[in-house]
Order: sequence, then structure tokens, then C-alpha cells
Amino acid sequence: MDTPVIKKKLGLKDRYAAMTRDLAWDTTYQPMEKVFPYDKYEGIKIHDWDKWEDPFRLTMDAYWKYQGEKEKKLYAVIEAFAQNNGQLGVSDARYINALKLFLTGVTPLEYYAYRGFAHAGRQFTGAGARVACQMQSIDELRHYQTETHALSHYNKYFNGLHSPQHMFDRVWYLSVPKSFFEDAYTGGPFEFLTAVSFSFEYVLTNLLFVPFMSGAAHNGDMSTVTFGFSAQSDESRHMTLGIECIKFMLEQDPGNVPIVQGWIDKWFWRGYRLLSIVAMMQDYMLPKRVMSWRESWEMYVEENGEALFKDLARYGIRKPKGWIQACEGKDHISHQTFAVFYNYNAAAAIHTWIPSEEEMAWLSEKYPETFDTVYKPRWDFWREEAAKGNRFYQKTLPMLCQTCQIPMIFTELGDATKIAYRESDYLGNKYHCCSDHCKEIFDNEPEKYVQAWLPPQQIYQGNCFKPDVDPTKEGFDPLLAVLDYYNMKVGSDNFDFDGSEDQKNFAAWNGDTVDGAKK
Amino acid sequence: MSNVFIAFQDNEDARPIIDAILADNTEAEATYPTGLVKIIAPGKLVIKRESIEELIGRSFNLQQIHVNLVTLSGHIDEDDDQFSLSWTH
Repeated sequence: MDTPVIKKKLGLKDRYAAMTRDLAWDTTYQPMEKVFPYDKYEGIKIHDWDKWEDPFRLTMDAYWKYQGEKEKKLYAVIEAFAQNNGQLGVSDARYINALKLFLTGVTPLEYYAYRGFAHAGRQFTGAGARVACQMQSIDELRHYQTETHALSHYNKYFNGLHSPQHMFDRVWYLSVPKSFFEDAYTGGPFEFLTAVSFSFEYVLTNLLFVPFMSGAAHNGDMSTVTFGFSAQSDESRHMTLGIECIKFMLEQDPGNVPIVQGWIDKWFWRGYRLLSIVAMMQDYMLPKRVMSWRESWEMYVEENGEALFKDLARYGIRKPKGWIQACEGKDHISHQTFAVFYNYNAAAAIHTWIPSEEEMAWLSEKYPETFDTVYKPRWDFWREEAAKGNRFYQKTLPMLCQTCQIPMIFTELGDATKIAYRESDYLGNKYHCCSDHCKEIFDNEPEKYVQAWLPPQQIYQGNCFKPDVDPTKEGFDPLLAVLDYYNMKVGSDNFDFDGSEDQKNFAAWNGDTVDGAKK
Repeated sequence: MSNVFIAFQDNEDARPIIDAILADNTEAEATYPTGLVKIIAPGKLVIKRESIEELIGRSFNLQQIHVNLVTLSGHIDEDDDQFSLSWTH
């Protein structure tokens, strides 16, 4: 039998070009500027779209094939997890509260990313960039679906997971991720890519996924860890889109450099603030801990970031303005953020708790400079109060930062006992921000940020009640009415983990008493 | 010099890819965070299709690494025969 002769094929780069950008054309029935009206107004100048280098070169046939394989593997694991009651293998039911935050706070962002990339995928004049965005748009929709499937199993067994999309659009702590993404996708296509593909999915992504997914693995959550690794492989393509877009903008025109630098400054800071909730999950909500937030920050941001910005220095790009303060914050933000959820646990659809002695010892060890002096005394005080029957609940609404929408809990650089307050005046009104960097973002585009939908303001204006609510009725409790508007089930979704239905159920399923489980 | 890295799921499919990388990149080192194999190398790292094919005894399309890839760091250059990561500056 003759050895089959392999016909000569185009190389990967040529094949990819033939199937993507070479199918594009310059329009003649309508001028190109009319067909692509939104990629010039940001001031980014592109002289030659042919210089765009495609990041990953997956043609659609390869995309479907490999994504299909990933899906089959992923759903097989999710099914096995369900069939084998994998939720019983979780280290401790407190861990599930991290997943509640993930499903309500991160998963909807995937949907926003799908929409944002679909939009950007229509707006760029260059076909290479449009194709990359369209592929990413499908990836993001995949992430929304797979996260929902991976986490839906837990909804059958634990409270607080029942209304993720409803809560995302209304609940006070979820306005933080929501406003982050809405800020990004109401910007132009170049800002959107700088914000999401570069700042979030390149500079900061590993901080969200790798330690958290390792945390999921350590805590027996096979469903989440499998989803996480499967999604992160898509992320590696997204990262390359981010770095390619940055390089392309910087190489096309020197005038682009200050615009891009401004976006890098803004979005590094916004991303860093958004990750406060991940810091808290990592340090406080993983019963079996992997590494501290501080350690993850050092590995995934400080080390990798050094390499990245060293590489970009040749274009005149420097590290983001907030870099020093963000690095200083590694010793603080997880403690500050979990304290907020502990204080506001009546109004949050998760459970919280005081860390155990063992957990506090771990925190002392991981945060030698800050935990014992600044944060442990607070936990000790709250534990004493709870033991006396005075479990502390914050009952007034917090002041939020107008930009990042997080309560004003962050402290001055170098002084963790002093809350940082910044103010701006705009058209006769005063606005409040948590830091120089959030204030700078506000001051740069005040007309955008004064439109922010801030939960406390909206609650006080009476916009967070169901339509049939009657405030004049006897026994009207505004806080309960707001929680009802949030679709929060009071007494099952909120309050301490100790005494919760989640705790009782988990102990019973494992054949333990609650006290037995605690030992 | 800055490090590049690439991480794969720690499973049997990824094993020949890891082995090929470690064989072809003498300064690369592997670490094993939970569920992952992470390979770090100074400056540059190359994955060669031929090296993988040698190990598995059948043809291999380099893009198959997507199925088990988790994350990476560095500028990518890929064609049908090799996939490389580098920080050239």
C-alpha cells in the first residue's frame, strides 16, 4: 500500500488569515466611517489595521472542536458531582458562602462581558479585532452558562443561591461588580478592551481564578474547580487579546500612549477595588486555606506585573498610578471587607462568622504587620459582644464611594486607623470617594459617575421597595421591605452561620450534630 | 530577566505536553499547585509538536493544548510546529 501523500497546506498563520480577516472588505455602498462609527471618538488613532496581529489563531472549526471537548469533560464532572452528592464532600458548609458571592457577583459579569464583546466585535474597523472579540463573546456566554450549571447544584441544598440575577440588579454589595462592568461597557471599544481584556483579564485575572480555584480544590468543591480550570483556559486566549490590543494601540501612534496610560491607571484601580471581595473570600471564607491574599498578590501581581510593565516600558508605559497603594493594601483589604459583611450580615444573602482561634492564628502568621495590631482586636470585641447576646449588626446604611461603590472602609496609605475620605464638587453637589484614585476617576468624567445608581441613596429615595409596598401601613419596617425587594429570605439567607439552616442541614446530612460537626 | 509560565490541568492528557516542555527547555521548572502543573522558565519557553508526537507515538495538533491549558504569561507566537511564550524585553 502506498504511503499517503500529505497535501501541502497553508501554515497556521495564513490559514487563520484566510478564514478571518481576508474575508473582510472595505464597504462602498456606505462609507467605512458610517459603518464603523464608534472606534475613533476615544481619540485612539489607528493608521494601519493590517498591523493587528491575531492573538490565538483558532479558526471556527478548531474552536468548536476544542471547546466541545472541554464542555464534554466539564459536564461529565458536573454530572458526577451531582450524582455522587458532591456537596457533602465540601470541607465545611461555611465554604458555600464564598460560592454564593461568586454566583451572585461574578457570574453576571460573564453575561455583561458577553454583551460587551459582542458590541466591541461590531465596532472595530479592523476585521482581526472584530473576530477576536466575537470569539471572546461566545467564550463569555460559555462562562455564564458553565458557572450557572456548576453552581446550580448547590442551590438545591443551600440558601442564598436562588435569585442571582435578581439580586445582582438590586443588592447593595452587588452594585460593586455591576457598576464596574457597566462603567467598562459604556466606554468606547478601545477603553473596553483596555479595561476588560488587559487590566482585568491580563493583569488581575490570575488573582481571581488560580488561588480561588485552588481554594475550591482544597475544600472539596470539585464542581467549581473543574469549571474554574476549564474557564481559565479560555482566559488565556483573552489575555492574549488584551496584550495584543495594548501593543497595537501603543505601536500605531505615540498620541495613543497617554490615553492608554490613563485607562491603565483607571482600570487597574477599579479592578483592584473590585477584588476586595475576593481577598475576603480567600482569607476568611475558605475553611481549608491555601495561601493568603497577600501571598497571591505578591505572586500574581507584584511578580508577574513587574515582568509585564518592564516589557511595556519601551512604549513609554509605566506601572499604574495606584500600584503602590494597592500593594500596601494587600495587608488590609481582606480584613476590612469581611468586617463589612460581618457588620451588615442582616442585609446580605450569605452567612458570616467570627474566625476561630485557629483561623486567627493563621491570619496572625500571614499578616504579621497588621492582623494582631489592627484587626484581631475588632474580631475579639465582636466575639465578646456576641457571647453576651449583643451580636453587633450595623443598622444604618453606609456611605459609598461614588466611583467604586464600596462602603467607605479603606484607610489612608500608611495609617490603618484612619478612614480615607475624599470629596469632589460638581454642579453644586458634593460627591464622596474612598481614595485619591477613585476621586481622580470621578474628576476625569464626573458627568458619568454622577449618574451612578448607589444603593443607599436609592433606598433612602424609596426606590427599593416592591410596587405594592405601603409605608403608611402599621408595622412597616423599611429594612425588611428592602430585603423583600432584594428577594432575600430573612432568617434563611442572612445572619450568622451559627444557627443557620445551612449549618443544621450540613451536619444532619453528614450524620453529625451541629456541635459534633464543630469539634 | 522576567519569567514566562504556562499551566495545565494535572491529568494524563497533559503529561506528554509537560514532559516535552521540560525536555526542550532546560531552564524550565515545574511546580504543582493543587490540580495544576505550572511550568516557569526565564525569558522564553517553547512547545514543539514533534517532541510531543515522539512521546505519544501518534500525530498531535498543537492546538490540542487548549483542552488542558489553564493559564499562561508572556507574548505568544504560534504556528503548526511550535508554540512559544517570551518576554523579549
